[in-house]
Amino acid sequence: MERHFDQELAELKDALLRMSALAEQSVGEALKALVQRDSALAEKADAADEAIDHMEMEIDDRVVKLLALRQPAAKDLRFILMSMKIAAELERIGDQAVNIAHRVLKLNEEPQLKPFIDIPQMADLSCRMVHEALDAFVYAKPDQAQQIIARDDNVDKIETQLHRELTSFMLEDPHTITRAMNLIGVAHSLERIADHATNIAEEVVYLYEARDIRHQLART
Amino acid sequence: MALMEEKTQVTTPTHAAARRPVAPSVADASTPSLSLANEETVLEVEQFNLWYGEKQALFDLNLKFPRGKVTALIGPSGCGKSTLIRSINRLNDLIDSVRYSGDMRLNGHSIFGRDVDVIELRKRTGMVFQKTNPFPMSIYENVIYPLRIDGETRKSVLDEVVERSLRRAALWDEVKDRLHESALQMSGGQQQRLCIARAISAEPEVLLMDEPCSALDPIATGKVEELIYQLKGLYSVIIVTHNMQQAARVSDYTAFFYLGRLIEYDATEKIFTNPSNKQTEDYVTGRFG
Repeated sequence: MERHFDQELAELKDALLRMSALAEQSVGEALKALVQRDSALAEKADAADEAIDHMEMEIDDRVVKLLALRQPAAKDLRFILMSMKIAAELERIGDQAVNIAHRVLKLNEEPQLKPFIDIPQMADLSCRMVHEALDAFVYAKPDQAQQIIARDDNVDKIETQLHRELTSFMLEDPHTITRAMNLIGVAHSLERIADHATNIAEEVVYLYEARDIRHQLART
Repeated sequence: MALMEEKTQVTTPTHAAARRPVAPSVADASTPSLSLANEETVLEVEQFNLWYGEKQALFDLNLKFPRGKVTALIGPSGCGKSTLIRSINRLNDLIDSVRYSGDMRLNGHSIFGRDVDVIELRKRTGMVFQKTNPFPMSIYENVIYPLRIDGETRKSVLDEVVERSLRRAALWDEVKDRLHESALQMSGGQQQRLCIARAISAEPEVLLMDEPCSALDPIATGKVEELIYQLKGLYSVIIVTHNMQQAARVSDYTAFFYLGRLIEYDATEKIFTNPSNKQTEDYVTGRFG
């Protein structure tokens, strides 16, 4: 039986997808602004955050109404609750894009410290994690979501390695400290984005399998 | 009397105490705090089948109702939940075409045994119906009706039962000054709580409720639901309801029936958050039924 309620759930899902597109785009632009040293693009990424924040509020509003008016149960309930949590993750991803954009604006005021190799790689890994976690959400693929979680370690490893490299830069030449610190900030934001992708993936597993796999505590 | 003594040892749970989980460890925080495996059985249904003439209405039911808990029977119209609850106090005996096989044991004793007195059985299994049915007599006489049948005449005993039953039915404060007025003057919600008081005055082993709120307004429904919640621990309640939110609000366990078969029976919080069966999921989310 097709319910009017299903239409409302589809609209909620649609709102989340629009929000995730905005968040992903914002991270992508902030990174492009870094690599291409394009401050105008960084400003654009910064400005996009407002739209993401609006989307979060819109989704929360839909969730409150659905809970109050539809009294959902079982999978419907999990879908609605996880939508609210995923929206919060996407909002934080948007905030990290803003952090990156602010760092980029400062970095672009000085000559490039080193060729960008690790950071674009981290960005690629993190953004793919976000995108695939959302895919797992849309196409109901909890297995795919679970695989994403394991990839968080790769992002952490690159960050650690980059941290070590930039520390040696700073030790050798104190003039590099500001730029190195800003690059560390960018890397940290990317690492956080991967964490949010991990959270989304965990939420997708809970949504479709009712298993809470957070904090390495296996629960059913 | 043995039963009365047993019951008096059970204290009325306060809301806070009843809702508070018993020191859960982190690992089991999301698993239901209730499990049928840990419950003492008050009523056991075994391989129960029932036919109305040629038409089979119940198919091979096997389930155990827990003592001191509220169990909700849910399912779409015609799924057999009312038929089941009416078999427990043998109301179906009144229909000529009904025949059944299998057994039901109330506190270990078959309710279909040759030596079972059906009137006595119906006192042990108090029932509250959809339509309120106070007798055309005073509030006081309604409550003690089951004791009158037994020939109880001592005023002190009767007074005590009236007060205790009406207090438990959350009606005492509203009617204590007009106990000898006609029960028919009461509001629908009050009448239903009076029927509950009458059912529990006989200290039934199970309290059966067939859609007890479906003729009541939301305020009266809220009061009856609150009452059912308070009766937990004191009585074993089996409630048939069409209102799924009501089942979720008042019951500890929920049994889902479909086309005369028991599809799923588990802790209510499991049924409404993560049912094991697809049909149950479709029903509790309103996809069919």
